[in-house]
Order: sequence, then C-alpha cells, then structure tokens
Amino acid sequence: MPAISTASLPDIVFMLLFFFMVATVMRDSTLMVSNTLPAADQVQKLDKKDRVMYIYAGKPSDRYQAKYGTQARIQLNDKFATVQDVGAFVLAERASKRQELQNVLTTALKVDGETNMGLITDIKQELRKVNALKINYTTRLGAYTQNFN
Amino acid sequence: MPKRSAPEVNAGSMADIAFLLLIFFLVTTTIETDSGINRKLPPIEDVVDPPIIKERNIFTVVVNKNNDLLVEEKPMNIKDLRASAVAFLDNGGGKGEEACNFCQGEKDPSSSDNPDKAIISLKNDRETEYQVYIAVQNELVAAYNELRDREYLRLYPNDGITFTQADKIYSDPRTSPSTKEALKEKLNTVKLLFPQKLSEAEPSKTN
Repeated sequence: MPAISTASLPDIVFMLLFFFMVATVMRDSTLMVSNTLPAADQVQKLDKKDRVMYIYAGKPSDRYQAKYGTQARIQLNDKFATVQDVGAFVLAERASKRQELQNVLTTALKVDGETNMGLITDIKQELRKVNALKINYTTRLGAYTQNFN
Repeated sequence: MPKRSAPEVNAGSMADIAFLLLIFFLVTTTIETDSGINRKLPPIEDVVDPPIIKERNIFTVVVNKNNDLLVEEKPMNIKDLRASAVAFLDNGGGKGEEACNFCQGEKDPSSSDNPDKAIISLKNDRETEYQVYIAVQNELVAAYNELRDREYLRLYPNDGITFTQADKIYSDPRTSPSTKEALKEKLNTVKLLFPQKLSEAEPSKTN
C-alpha cells in the first residue's frame, strides 16, 4: 500500500489558518469597567455588528480603581465618560455609519449587574434626548434567579 | 572562492508551525453573538392631554431601593411575578365592546378589561440594582411571551412552532425573504392580540 503523501498538509492547514485569522474579531475596545452581565432567558439576538453601538458601564476594574474610585462609571470607546457625554457619543457614532443604517441603529447597554439603576436611568434619558430609542440590555443567557445572590 | 551552494531550508516542520498558529486562533476566536432584552424608549414629547387610564387596567410593579418587589402595592416574591402578570394580562374582564374573546383568564371585574388596554407600569428606585431590574424585565417579557406562544399555537397550529421560535426564525439572517414575509404577518397578528405595553415611569425629579 503506498503511503499517503502529506506534502499538501501545510497548504491545507494554512488555508484553515487564514480562515480563522480573517474570521477572528479582536475586541475593539478594551474594557476598563468590571462587566458581569446579568442573566436573562427571554432574549433576542442583537442586530448585525455594524448596526450596534456599545455603551459600557460598571465599577472601574481593579487597576483603575486607584485613580477613578469604585463608583460605577460609563465607558465609551476607550475612555471613561460622564452621563453628559453619552449624547455626543451617540451622535458621533451615528454620523460615522452609512446613511441607510443611521435610522436603524441599536444601542447595546452592557452594564454590570451590580450597578445602581440611577446611572442607567440617566443614560436612557440622554438617549431619549438624542432620539436613539432602540436599546438592548445585553445579558448573558441564564435563569433570572442567578441575579439574586 | 569556491561557490557554496545555499543549503535548502527544511520545510518539514512547516506543518507543525502552521498547526500551532491554527490552534492558537481556534482557541482565541469567539464568534460573538450578543443577545439581550430589546426595548424601545418612549420619545420625549410633551403630552398635552394624558389619556385617562382606569386603575384596574394598570398593573404596577415597583422595585424599591432594597431590591424588594411590590406588585399592586403588595410585596411579592419574584417567582410569582410571571404568573400574576399573565393572570392580569389574560383577565379579559371587559364587557360589550371591550370584551376579549380569546382571553382565558378569570374575567375578574377588578382587573384588566382586555390585553389591549392592560398596561404594566414598572417603577424603580435609583438605588435598585441593575440585575434585579433585568430579572423583573425578564419575567414581564416572559409573561407576554407565554401568552403570545399560546395564541400562536391556537391560530397557527399547522406551523408546529411557538411565537418565540417563530420570532427567532424571523430574526435569523439566513432565513429566506419569502419565509420571512409569511412569518411577519403571523407574528404581527399575534403581537396585536397581546401588545407589549410596558411603561416605565419617568425618573422622579426628587431624590
């Protein structure tokens, strides 16, 4: 029985490699806040990536606590922001999208489970002011009982 | 000088190196699909004449700053929330024009007239924890989904799927446009039977 030629093995592997390199999306903003999402099971999938803008909120992670304290904060792109910056951020994000997508944008709120609702209410109020009405409370999949501890 | 022939590079280990890289990318790739609870915020507008809503058509849910749940001004365990929301929405206590012909509830005259009139009002304190709020939202959405599933199965028994499954198929980008079109109509019919009327109180100016 002749041995199977393995000469093309590197080519095959390289092909797979390139596929995964292309398909990998590196997280575009590094998280500066702790972000344990609450659990929910009545969820819907989020829209396509290019139609979503992300707002993070939560306690600053350990390495930033010395500078920013432990009070929950908002993170937009790569920096901490205040509630007043949310409106400008949404408008800038909206302007950066293609024309036909500008009206179908969703704002995904990735908020740490232990944040107080006051901050979220403020964010929602800002979003209403700039007419960004479609929001999504991003959650992880799980029973709601996991939220009580 | 004698001409030295360049030694050929051994490519035997190429496959190993490529495998190594491949495994690295395989492990680090997370084909992320975020999911969550979709909500639509009400636009800011001055309501000149707020419509008068009867007390019995409002189901008040309050989460206070100690994360306690108060439903219709009575404390409640969150595990009972879904059932009582279903009971409220499905009550169908209306008479004459406001009667609800598909409701299976108790027709209690002190509860909601019909699902179209029934409003769930959710109020929370600034110090409520987000995860508790999400749990409450989740249960309220679950109540709506439970009723919509029931109606979907009643109206379209031949499909053999529930409302939530149909909605999942509808929002899947791989679904063909013709299937989507057919589903959209059915979904909208069911949505109209149990419209999601979940109102959130404006943040109170005090505190």
